[in-house]
Amino acid sequence: MSITEILFWFLSVLAVGGAMLLVASKNPVHSILYLIITFFAVSGHYILLNAQFLAIVNIIVYAGAIMVLFLFVVMLMNLNADSEPPQKNRLLLYSGTIAGCCLLLVLVAALKQSSTTSQLVEMGGGDAGLIKNLGMALFSDYVFPFEISSVLFLSAMIGAVVISKKEA
Amino acid sequence: MRSLSKAQIITYMQALTNRAKQVERKPMTLLERAYLPAIFKGMAITFGHMFKKRPTINYPEVKRPFSPVFRGLHILNRDEEGRENCTACGLCAVACPAEAITMEAAERKAGEENLYREEKYAAKYEINMLRCIFCGLCEEACPKDAIYLSETFAPANFQRKGFIYGKDDLLIPNPITEPEAFAEARGNRAQVAR
Amino acid sequence: MLLSIELALILEKLALIVVVVMSSLLIAMYATFAERKVAAIMQDRRGPNRAGPFGILQPVADGLKLFFKEEIIPNLSSKFLFILGPCLAMLTAMMTGAVIPWGDKVHFFDRDIPLQIADINIGILYVFGVVSMGVYGIMIGSWASNNKFSLMGGLRAASQIISYELAMGISLIALLMTTGTLSLKEIVEQQQESWYSWNIIKQPLGFLIFLICAFAECNRTPFDLPEAENELIGGYHTEYSSMKLGFFLFAEYINMFLSSAVMVSLFFGGYDIPFLNDAAFAEKIGINWMALLHAGMFLLKAASFLFLFMWVRWTIPRFRYDQLMNLGWKVLIPLALINMLVTGAFILLQQNNWHF
Repeated sequence: MSITEILFWFLSVLAVGGAMLLVASKNPVHSILYLIITFFAVSGHYILLNAQFLAIVNIIVYAGAIMVLFLFVVMLMNLNADSEPPQKNRLLLYSGTIAGCCLLLVLVAALKQSSTTSQLVEMGGGDAGLIKNLGMALFSDYVFPFEISSVLFLSAMIGAVVISKKEA
Repeated sequence: MRSLSKAQIITYMQALTNRAKQVERKPMTLLERAYLPAIFKGMAITFGHMFKKRPTINYPEVKRPFSPVFRGLHILNRDEEGRENCTACGLCAVACPAEAITMEAAERKAGEENLYREEKYAAKYEINMLRCIFCGLCEEACPKDAIYLSETFAPANFQRKGFIYGKDDLLIPNPITEPEAFAEARGNRAQVAR
Repeated sequence: MLLSIELALILEKLALIVVVVMSSLLIAMYATFAERKVAAIMQDRRGPNRAGPFGILQPVADGLKLFFKEEIIPNLSSKFLFILGPCLAMLTAMMTGAVIPWGDKVHFFDRDIPLQIADINIGILYVFGVVSMGVYGIMIGSWASNNKFSLMGGLRAASQIISYELAMGISLIALLMTTGTLSLKEIVEQQQESWYSWNIIKQPLGFLIFLICAFAECNRTPFDLPEAENELIGGYHTEYSSMKLGFFLFAEYINMFLSSAVMVSLFFGGYDIPFLNDAAFAEKIGINWMALLHAGMFLLKAASFLFLFMWVRWTIPRFRYDQLMNLGWKVLIPLALINMLVTGAFILLQQNNWHF
C-alpha cells in the first residue's frame, strides 16, 4: 500500500464518516462542524487528484465562507434539539427511508457500471486541475457558461440587496 | 414643551463668561470624510510622544524628593547627648484632633540621667497611624521639641496593630552610638534640641 | 520506496518547519512585550522593566503566570468544543507561515535548501483559505462558552472577517493581475530587481486596502470589536482562563506577525535588500551569509509592520459597529473594485502597446 493509497482511504473514511455524523448528530452546530470536516476531506481528495486550485477554492468558499454563515445563523437562532418539534408523521419517515434506499441503489448500480474503479488516485499526473489549465479552459472553451454563471451570481447579489432593502 | 433651537438657547442663556464657544456642526468636507488625513495627524502626535521626556521615575531606585513642608511619619527626638527629649507632658495628645496619641509617664530614677533629659519621661508612647491625619499640631504643641514629623510616610502593613507605633518605632537613633542613622532619620529640617 | 528517496527532503522540511514555528512563536512572544513597551513609550510611560535587564524576561513571566492560573471550564459549556476553540485559533495562526519565502536559499550538505516550507503554485489562495479558517476558532470557542457576551463577540468576529475578506480578495486580484502568478516565491522574485520594482509602487491603493483589511482580519484596533471590553466584557474569550486564554491572545500576535510577513512578501519585495545588487554581493560573501542577510531584512520589514500595527492601536479609537460595516462594504469594496478595473485597463493597454 503506497502512501497515496493510505491517504486516499483515510480521507474517504473521514469524508463518509463526517457525512454520516452530520446527518446523525442532534445538535445543529455539531452537524455543521462535521460538514466542515467532510469538506476538508473532499479538498484532500482534490489535492490527491493534483487539483490544488479546486481544493483551496473548496476550502475558501465552502468551509471558509458558507459554513461560517451557516454557523452564524444557527448560533444566532440558538437552534438545538429542544426547539425542534418531535417528528410524528410516520408516513414521512417511511417515505424518506424508501427514497434514501432508492438513491443508494441507483448509486451502487452506477458505480458498478463505471469502469474507472480500478484507479483510485491520480497522484502527480493529470494537470487539468492546475490553475493555468483551469483558467485557460474556463476563459476559452467554456467562456459562455462561465459568463452565464457570473450573470446568475450578479442577479443573486442584486436579489439579496433588494430583499434586505425591503426589510428596512 | 416648546422646543428651542441651539442658537435660541444660547441667546436665552445669560453667558457668565465670554469663553463659551458654539459647537460647529457644519457637514464635513471631503477631506474630513476621507478620514485618512485625521488618522495621519493622530499618528504623528503619538509618534511625537515617543521622544518626549517621561515623567515616570523608577521608584525604588530613584526617589522623588519630598517637599520641604511635607508632614510624614513622627519621630521622637533626642538631644545631642542621646537623651530623650520627651517629658510626657501630654500636650501633644491634647492637641491631637484625631486622638491618635496615648502615653504613660514615669519618673526618672537615679542613674538614668543619660537616658532621659528631664525628670519625667514617657514610659509608653503610642501613635495610631490609622487615626493620625498628619496635621502636625503635635509638633507645634510640644514645648520640648520632642516630636516632629519627618519626611517619610507610614509603610503598608498586613495587620491593623502594625500601624500602632510604639516608642521603638518612633524614637530617633542615638546620635552618639549610631550617628549616621541619626543623621538620616533627622533629615534636613529638624533641629537637634539645644 | 518513495519514503527512502525523499528522506533528506523530509528532514530538511521538518527542520525548516521547526525553525519557522519556533521563531514565529518567539517573535509573537516578544511582540507582546513590544506592544506593552510601545504603548508605554507613546503614553510617556516606561513600560515593563522589572523582569530581567530592560524587562526582556517579561514575556516569560507572563507565560508562566498564564500557565499557573486556574483552568476554568464552564459547567454548561460543551467541553470538547471549548478546548477546540483556542487550539484551532492557534493552529490556523501558525499555518500561514508555510508558504512565506523567508529567504532565497541556503547551501548545506551539497543541497540547495530553499527557505520556504512549501512553494505551492497557489500560495496566496492558501493564505486566504487559512485566514478564512481562522474565524472558526473564535466562533467555536465563543459558542461553546455558553455565554451571550462571548457569542456576541464571536458573531461580530465572523461577520467582520467575512466582510473584510471580500475587499482583501478583490484588492489582491488587482495585484495578481500585475504579477501574473499566485506563487508567493515567484511574486517575491519578480520584485528583486530594485526598490522601484516593489509592488507597492504598482499597487499603492491595493496595498492600502489590503493593509486596512489585514487590521480587520487580525481583530486589531480600530477593528477590535469582537473583544470590545467595554461592551462585551472580554468578547469571545470572556469565559477563558489560563493558557487557553493565552492561546487566543497569542494567536492574535502570531496572526499579526504572519500578516506582516505576507504584506512584506506581496508589496515590499520580500527579502529584497534595497539599494544593493544582491547577486554580486552574494558572490562576495557566499550564499549562506546572503540568506542570513535576506532573512534578517525580511524580519526587519515585518517588524516595522508590527510596529505599525501597534502604533495604530495606540492612536486610533475603536469604530462603532455600523461604521465598521460601512467602511467595509461601502468604501473598501467599491475602491477595491475600481482599483481592479483600472489595473485591468492598464494591463490591457500595455499589452496593446498603449493604443485603444
